[in-house]
Amino acid sequence: MQARVTRRAALGAGAAALIAPALAAPALAQGRPARIGLILPMTGPFASTGRQVEAAVRLYLRQRGESFGGRRLEILLRDDTGTAPEVTRRLAQELVVRDKVQALAGFGLTPLAFAAAPVATEAKLPMVVMAAATSAIVQRSPFILRTSFTLPQVTAPIAEWALRERVQTAATLVADYAPGLDAERVFKARFTGGGGRVPLELRTPLRNPDYAPFLQRVRDAKPEALFIFVPSGEGAAVMKQFAERGLAEAGVRLIGTGDVVDDDLLNDMGRPALGAVTSHHYSAAHDSPENKAYVQGFIAANPGMRPNFMSVGGWDGMQLIAEALQATGGGEGEALLAAMKGRSWTSPRGPITIDAETRDIVQDVYIRRVEERDGQLWNIEFDRLPAMRDPGT
Amino acid sequence: MLTVLLDGLAAGMLLFVLSVGLSVTLGLMNFVNLAHGAFGMAGGYLCVVLLNRLGLPFLACLLAAALCTGLLGLALERLLYRRLYGRDHLEQVLFSIGLVFIAGAAVDWLMGARQQLITLPPWLSGRVELGGVGLGVYRLFLIAVCTGLLLALHLGLVRTRFGSRLRAAVDDAVVARGLGIPVERLFAVTFALGSGLAGLGGALGVEVLGLDPTFPLKYMVYFLIVVAVGGANTVIGPFLAAILLGLVDVAGKYYLPQFGAFGIYTAMVALLILRPQGLLARAAAR
Amino acid sequence: MRPALEAGFWLLALSGFWLMPEQLPLLGQAAIAALFVLSLDLLVGYAGVLTLGHAAFFGLGAYGAGLLAQQGWGEPLSGLLAAALLAGLLGLLTAPLVLRGGDLPALMVTLGLSLMLGEAANKLPGLTGGADGLLGVEIWPVLGLFRFDLHGRTAFLYALAVLFLLFLLARRITASPFGLALRGIRGNARRMPALGTPVRRRLVAAYALSAAYAGIAGALLAQTTQFVSLDALSFQRSAEGLLMLVLGGLGALYGAMLGAIVFTLAHHLLSEMSPLFWQFWIGLALVGLALAGRGGLLGLGAALLGRRA
Repeated sequence: MQARVTRRAALGAGAAALIAPALAAPALAQGRPARIGLILPMTGPFASTGRQVEAAVRLYLRQRGESFGGRRLEILLRDDTGTAPEVTRRLAQELVVRDKVQALAGFGLTPLAFAAAPVATEAKLPMVVMAAATSAIVQRSPFILRTSFTLPQVTAPIAEWALRERVQTAATLVADYAPGLDAERVFKARFTGGGGRVPLELRTPLRNPDYAPFLQRVRDAKPEALFIFVPSGEGAAVMKQFAERGLAEAGVRLIGTGDVVDDDLLNDMGRPALGAVTSHHYSAAHDSPENKAYVQGFIAANPGMRPNFMSVGGWDGMQLIAEALQATGGGEGEALLAAMKGRSWTSPRGPITIDAETRDIVQDVYIRRVEERDGQLWNIEFDRLPAMRDPGT
Repeated sequence: MLTVLLDGLAAGMLLFVLSVGLSVTLGLMNFVNLAHGAFGMAGGYLCVVLLNRLGLPFLACLLAAALCTGLLGLALERLLYRRLYGRDHLEQVLFSIGLVFIAGAAVDWLMGARQQLITLPPWLSGRVELGGVGLGVYRLFLIAVCTGLLLALHLGLVRTRFGSRLRAAVDDAVVARGLGIPVERLFAVTFALGSGLAGLGGALGVEVLGLDPTFPLKYMVYFLIVVAVGGANTVIGPFLAAILLGLVDVAGKYYLPQFGAFGIYTAMVALLILRPQGLLARAAAR
Repeated sequence: MRPALEAGFWLLALSGFWLMPEQLPLLGQAAIAALFVLSLDLLVGYAGVLTLGHAAFFGLGAYGAGLLAQQGWGEPLSGLLAAALLAGLLGLLTAPLVLRGGDLPALMVTLGLSLMLGEAANKLPGLTGGADGLLGVEIWPVLGLFRFDLHGRTAFLYALAVLFLLFLLARRITASPFGLALRGIRGNARRMPALGTPVRRRLVAAYALSAAYAGIAGALLAQTTQFVSLDALSFQRSAEGLLMLVLGGLGALYGAMLGAIVFTLAHHLLSEMSPLFWQFWIGLALVGLALAGRGGLLGLGAALLGRRA
């Protein structure tokens, strides 16, 4: 019996932790590295999301050190190509079974997060969603926490703002998948609820979209404003067509969630982007010492890139994991999860909280306008809605 | 209505320039070159680099993109493609998909995974009003350039010595060789020309189609549709097919957005079932 | 292939259960890929009909089995059967459209049909979940005994067993008069009627059979991952299947399976070593193989063995 216990202590701590995390005392875990399985789209059509998140994760470890709660953080990066949920699921399984990770993280798109959710539940490991933004994701498993944002959360404010600006008719144009439908539904509900009218609702395909025909329809319908949501990286294409179709001259104002004026591409969009008003949780121009340090560090480490809202999800995901490790002295499984719930800190984006009940993020949402400063384009924040929750479905 | 027509026309023209080389390689060399889009991508990136980093004028960038990808095509043809002529189609697929993967990863390594954007010169941006209808200047430019190319290609094929040799070789390579036509050299030149055109198309398309390392895979299906519907050995066939595809695509998205891409696929399948050899097939001859 | 080699192949496959106990999810997906490529081989390698849209059947099987489970019938074996019937039926219906013209029209019609199906699945979110994928797929234990576990043990053995049984069936079929007729058609379609072979009917049957196989492969994926997404119907899947088939060697059942396994494992290894640029190395390998080899890996292997002997 004695022999068995020693052997277990020496060799089998990982396996024990897997089978019964509650039994694995922190003392056993101490010293061994804490592994984080980071699953992101690093190639394929959504690669830019993966690159941003990964850059932020690496930056975090460089700036804040690699040891937390007596354990060194080890990142195992995996590419799920962004379009193959069964690969995401398999990678999650492997990271749990073979690499014995202490947490899963990343998840670029909603279906990918959906596919991996049962793995987190079964393995009883925290799953930190750093990018995907459909409301319903956190309900798929009691082990999911989110450090990105939800579409309803950032959509409601812009609808209210448009009403305050006395906009009476607004068309919507969203990408045809869950986050897009979330955005469309919430915008319409808020906007019509406040007396506005939505004469035209358009949905563009998620893959290979060509926005020209859709925007032409908007121009022909002549609404006072156009609400846009498209996935990160697609904003530039919309913006170009918006300009080419002369929608601004036709009196259509561009509003939307911040995805369309993605910081990473904003400079290349050029003049057509000027004046676009969006609501979002993060702008690289956010005025705070935390953000200045973040942007500076990010640009120094990744020349040619500017941190966008995806990156900040990665940064805060790391912060969440690191703080929970620190608080539990290198804890694992459900102890780690418990330490993550209800945590608050000041992120580059401003103050944020991971709600203890919903495990979803509560954060300030800002209304911003694209302006030129020192020869570059930035999303300048001019209004703030403190502590927004996901308004729910 | 007119705007939709014009947009469809522009999209179709662009598609034609991008894919005409593919239909020639398939018709002439009986080679399934799925890497054709990679030449388009190369042209696009060249254009972006020259325009954004070196600040060359847009037209010069277009020209350079076409020339460089043409040369690249020539080099690859001499070094690699040549070895696979006459092989099984499926082995050619294996080879050219491999090239696509390599090209995508290489571009990613050099330029990153994000979308590349260009800023058009002022004289090409904005729109003009013609009889109350607003038309994008760049789309008009696309149509003009592509019409010019089409005419040049057609006349080149019909009027020049090179063209008649090419047509002879397409019809029957064995007899053509017997008549002393340098089929090998013809292949190389044609391949280079097709690649160059793809490069030009890629450069022209940055503004309209977007550009990232997945470009060759993203549009491969469209190129294949053009070639299959147009028939693999003429210039006019692919042209009509590309225009048709562009019009159906744009009109479908404008009038029936809820059906998505369904219209194109249905049209293609129906056309192929009715005319398996392509739009302008010399039907019963073979 | 020699019996000893054959037994070795299957024993090696099975031994993965003990040799790589931590990689079973990967091995399970390799077995599913092998089944998919096997179905392609029946069509492309034996009957000589080219296709770029085989994912249509794979995806239909996946959605069929997934929907069945989602609606409350999670019994896996009947799910496979339902998927096979569904995909086979679609094969029967579409075969006349595909078998009209030559190679290129066949490629494009199959491609077009699979794209249409993909678009239909995308546009029916009420049924398929659209771009978000089919959620809530609950699969009961296999034979009422073996629950699908996190380690992928059940999934691997289940997929391997199905692959083995369907392989045996495929071998019987290809060696039967029907299989020989198919080879004859591939060799010379004009002469076969003279031998009394109803070419068209044989090809339609082969098409439906291959479709059913692909449907089962899709159902396996849906059941083992308990999730179905549009990716199951994608052009990439069709193209990748074809790639694996050519890689392994056309017209040989072992070649098909070998190609699938090698490709899946290589893909996995490379993308783990280099998450950003794995495509480069895969591409290089494909180009090298196309330039060097004739008859894929199997041909290459045979050539090497032959040289040594």
